[in-house]
Amino acid sequence: MSQASHYLLRNHDIENIDEMAVYRAHGGYEALKKALNQYEPDALVELVKKSGLRGRGGAGFPTGVKWGFLPKDGRPRYLVVNSDEAEPGTFKDRELIEKNPHQLIEGMIISSFAIGANQAYIYCRGEFLFGYETLVRAVREAYEAGFIGKNILGSQFSLDLFVYRGAGAYICGEESALLESLEGRRGNPRLKPPFPAVAGLYGMPTIVNNVETISNLPPIVTRGAEWYASMGTEKSAGLKIMSVSGAVNRPGNYEIPLATPLRSLIDDYAQGMKPGYRIKCIIPGGSSVPLLMPDQLDTPLDYESIVKAGSMLGSGGCIVLDDTVCIVKASHRLIKFYREESCGKCTPCREGTYWMADVLERMEEGLGDANDLSLLMDVADNISGKCFCPLGDASIGFLVSAIKHFRDEFEAHVTEHRCPLGAKVYDTANN
Amino acid sequence: MKPEYQVWAEELKKEFPNANSALMPLLHRIQTEEGWLSSEVLDEVAHLMGLSTQYVESVASFYSLFYQRPVGKKVVHVCVGLSCMLAGSDEVMHRLEQKLGISEGETTPDGAFTLLEAECLAACDLAPVAQVNLRFQGPIHPDEAEALLSEEVSKQ
Repeated sequence: MSQASHYLLRNHDIENIDEMAVYRAHGGYEALKKALNQYEPDALVELVKKSGLRGRGGAGFPTGVKWGFLPKDGRPRYLVVNSDEAEPGTFKDRELIEKNPHQLIEGMIISSFAIGANQAYIYCRGEFLFGYETLVRAVREAYEAGFIGKNILGSQFSLDLFVYRGAGAYICGEESALLESLEGRRGNPRLKPPFPAVAGLYGMPTIVNNVETISNLPPIVTRGAEWYASMGTEKSAGLKIMSVSGAVNRPGNYEIPLATPLRSLIDDYAQGMKPGYRIKCIIPGGSSVPLLMPDQLDTPLDYESIVKAGSMLGSGGCIVLDDTVCIVKASHRLIKFYREESCGKCTPCREGTYWMADVLERMEEGLGDANDLSLLMDVADNISGKCFCPLGDASIGFLVSAIKHFRDEFEAHVTEHRCPLGAKVYDTANN
Repeated sequence: MKPEYQVWAEELKKEFPNANSALMPLLHRIQTEEGWLSSEVLDEVAHLMGLSTQYVESVASFYSLFYQRPVGKKVVHVCVGLSCMLAGSDEVMHRLEQKLGISEGETTPDGAFTLLEAECLAACDLAPVAQVNLRFQGPIHPDEAEALLSEEVSKQ
């Protein structure tokens, strides 16, 4: 399904829209003018509530409702945009900041006005050096054009915006760890409650939203809440960017109306599997969610339908695993990711991910024994629900579902003392 | 230590409601200048920030992009995320280890290259992907992995 036009990924239609002049030539910053001239801040919060926009970072919490949690006590408030994208399989925020930074910045100014913040931060993943440079340049352009700074467009509203660079830590995508990092500390998650809306950056009321969430603001203000809510379902309204990777013909980011069937995302948008490859299973929403099977391809991609199918929409990182992929090797790789990225605070996550990685490694090498499968399930059970932040639970989502659907393949590794798919085991230093 | 570090520290502290937030931007800026963060540098940063050395070390050691050992002129990060693994990142890493004669995590004796694993770099559309001094390169065919090493890259 080739789309004639995009709303969030307009960079697919318009060349050089990352430049201020081009962005403005295509209606850029008109939504900001409309917001400042025609809306009171509370009316904008209502608009976002009515649109049905939900957090696109993974949790899917309704954005307008979150904004409504800010206490009205006169303390300074902050908007923090989470651009620490690192959920395996997800690469939408990178495209949004590299290719369409002004859309995010315009969304941030509108959002800051709506929530009454005079200071806003973008927490940009450290590895995104080009994205960081692009944001810094675009923010400077927005200051020069008078869209950021004192008395924006002659209004009473003033805003300063700072681009902050992370330095390599997946956990900083968790909002309270992100705030710790932004305050110049180790990125250890905080106890919740209090949630950031009550006590966030420097202890002040803070809204933390994902890049994609905030990038939705300009089109919603321009076209209205009804337009946005007319797409998707009643509970899952609007547009979602899905990142598709794996053995498909056209990996990439695709903007879909929510409730588009998974099959359509793979066959129409990503143009199907490469010749000779068949789908083994699909991770629909980033590596932290359980897998879906080929007989679930008709599942509509909306928050509720995917939960019903046994998984989660998450961040929208859709990894298609083909029939040549060894499920033990894939599980091992994902567990190693969580082992590397565990902050080490909680014992079940810190030790459990090491243990599971060791067991999966020996299974893949044909050295596993008959108890290993139950050992894996036992360790997973000792992580489940027993960690301070969601990283522990996230580490076992794929593994537990993989054992459920592909138990025979796990067992064959043990009984045959080798990988039945003949996956190559590499002896690297950090295996 | 260079005298401009104090200027940078003062500039960055003014950007935030709480000066402590200037720590990571300052570490980034000084690492770009020095290549890595030695204990002497961390001492100096602690002094400029009015923090203890232990505190600054605890922060620097949490983040994988703050290098506390010398690194090569070119730092090559090979993404080993699941999508890249499906596309052959194991083989890319293997070829680079062979070519450079070092293992992942090491630096060549001449100080030219450091070879590191990166967890998912959020560029799965370019899988298998790598970064040379944090500049994306991909997709990389394993047979052409060596070409990564001669890539001209701007300074971080």
